[in-house]
Amino acid sequence: MNSPGSRPAPHTPADPAPVPGAGATLTAGPAGEPPAGRTGADPLSRLRRLADLRNLSLVGVLAVLIAVGGFTKPDEFLTTDNLQLVLTQASVIGVVTVGVTFVITSGGIDLSVGAMVALASVWATTVATQTYGLGGILLCAVLVGLGCGLVNGVLIAYGGMVPFIATLAMLASARGLALQISDGKTQVVTVEPVLDLGLPDAYVLGVPPLVMIFAAVTVLGWLVLNRTTFGRRTVAIGGNAEAARLAGIDVRRQRLMLYLLSGLCCGIAAFMLVVLTGSGQNTNGNLYELDAIAAAIIGGTLLSGGRGTITGSVLGVLVFTTITNLFALNNLQSDVQQIAKGAIIVAAVLVQKGRSTP
Amino acid sequence: MRDAKSSATSRRNLLLGTAAAGALFAAGCTSNENNDSDGNSKPAANTADDKPGKEVTIGFAGPQADHGWLNAINEQAKRRAKEYQDVTLESTEGSNDTAQQIGQIETLINKKVDVLVILPADGKALTQVGLKAMRAGIPVVNLDRVFASAQAYRCWIGGDNYGMGLNAGHYIGERLKGKKNAKVIELAGIDNLELTRQRTAGFDAALKNYPNIEKVGRQAAEFTVESGQSKMAQLLQAHSHFDALWNHDDDQGVGAERAIKQAGRDDFLMVGGAGAKRAMDTIKADNTVLKATVLYPPTMAASAIDLARALGQGKGVGGLAELEIPASLTLYSAVVTKDNVDEYLPTGFS
Repeated sequence: MNSPGSRPAPHTPADPAPVPGAGATLTAGPAGEPPAGRTGADPLSRLRRLADLRNLSLVGVLAVLIAVGGFTKPDEFLTTDNLQLVLTQASVIGVVTVGVTFVITSGGIDLSVGAMVALASVWATTVATQTYGLGGILLCAVLVGLGCGLVNGVLIAYGGMVPFIATLAMLASARGLALQISDGKTQVVTVEPVLDLGLPDAYVLGVPPLVMIFAAVTVLGWLVLNRTTFGRRTVAIGGNAEAARLAGIDVRRQRLMLYLLSGLCCGIAAFMLVVLTGSGQNTNGNLYELDAIAAAIIGGTLLSGGRGTITGSVLGVLVFTTITNLFALNNLQSDVQQIAKGAIIVAAVLVQKGRSTP
Repeated sequence: MRDAKSSATSRRNLLLGTAAAGALFAAGCTSNENNDSDGNSKPAANTADDKPGKEVTIGFAGPQADHGWLNAINEQAKRRAKEYQDVTLESTEGSNDTAQQIGQIETLINKKVDVLVILPADGKALTQVGLKAMRAGIPVVNLDRVFASAQAYRCWIGGDNYGMGLNAGHYIGERLKGKKNAKVIELAGIDNLELTRQRTAGFDAALKNYPNIEKVGRQAAEFTVESGQSKMAQLLQAHSHFDALWNHDDDQGVGAERAIKQAGRDDFLMVGGAGAKRAMDTIKADNTVLKATVLYPPTMAASAIDLARALGQGKGVGGLAELEIPASLTLYSAVVTKDNVDEYLPTGFS
């Protein structure tokens, strides 16, 4: 999969290319030359891209889960309340996963997302920050996320550090800083507008504000990855960074932007978590890095880069959240939940492997 | 744990004795002028008191304080040590890494401190270093998470997880007495910790005494606000009606209470665990579902310093007949309600 020449078409991020090499073989134009299938309004290929087979298998998993839920707990599972609950629980990790999907698509990895969420949520809920109200908390969370992302990006893009190591270092130090700022204490939010944002009165037409943010980030992420030069460059450097560089892409700048983007998503997610829990704590975002990577991978994003799908990532998050919900409603304990989660990761990746290896 | 529980009352008396002695020390600290000798007012036993005695250097090694309760442990130990003129506290950076904590304790051994107080990140994994200290002639006071071998410590002092569940169950049982088909929910802590299983076992055992009560749901959170919110939201969705909830940990309780508010529910009674100041404030205000919390007292760290000092000075515990400190002390998990909350508020941690 890693030999540059054999990689089928880095330009079709959401396309599993059911017959590898046959459908899309355009190897030129990683620099943003729009591939034929995209601008040419070939309805068939567009349809095929939307109804991604891999996504389809996740939709299938989701459908099975919903059927099981409807069957085992008809009164609790298939209700508006529960839909709101599942989507709300998915929203925070969902936003993080969108950012991580970009990074992974570019051939990188961001292990620091959980720590960045923790640091941003703690920094945004200090007594000092809280005096600036909702705007201050939001701005602080976003800036802290961006700041961490900037450090990651500079270290990786310009310092030549391996993403795994650079973000691992960030994981450790951001968690450490979060602990230092909070002194290990739970910082309860007293700013009413922030707290109100998480209560049912703030729902618009039954949609919680957090779910709206999640939806907006998802749509924006999808557009950026699939419809902009930025997105194509991301895919290109993930496919073959050297070829992308030769084709004129400023790979370093692109990498920097991607880690900034991941940091931004973490900042937004941290704010959402503050709204959801009404507090900031240094243990927030525990193991988000693994959850986000797992969701992206079962969604169909290649861990080695060059292919990424926002739709798949969001479906991955929804599958995990629905499992948790389903198991909790049936009063099954964490051990069973964890086993099921592991099994689904393996199954999803096996299905993908079956499809993508010729 | 069950064995320990059977003699909990006598142990509570021990604790009360220690606490009373502690209060006496504190009172005497400011007033006593002529402190040339120690313990001569109590001819029966040579017990530790607040009068400066032999200088004792206590080495203190705990885990990383990334959690309200652990934070309180460190603070309690440091504050108590400061109260004694004759105690020097050598405390290490907290660490959750077993290898690192072993290294820190070995450093303390090499420094030849007089007594060690150790709250291991993992009791079993740190047994060897406990043994090493004891063999080097440094007595160890093992705090809360017990070593695998009794030879690795001179004295163990800690909380009672089984008793915590027991007392929570009994409190809820009494409150729901006479209520037919009462339903109870449990929001547990990290499930792969033994202490969580002990708490649940105690809770279940207590509920068995009340045939009108059935535990209908249990989910395990992770002692974090985030997981508390998430798991509680699921529990509330799963059970449209229940009468009481026991939440193992007040830290995750912040999230659980948030989920309860988000679901707009107030038709049940909630009992917390550990004894955070925030929880106690809420209980005192009496305007939410939270009506009580079961203690897992962080003051045990202060008592551990008392014990270590007594050990270093070769004395017993005030209020007891024995010439030396006990080998084991299990603390009582009191239920804090609106009625007694004022008494416990000073021990609440944030």
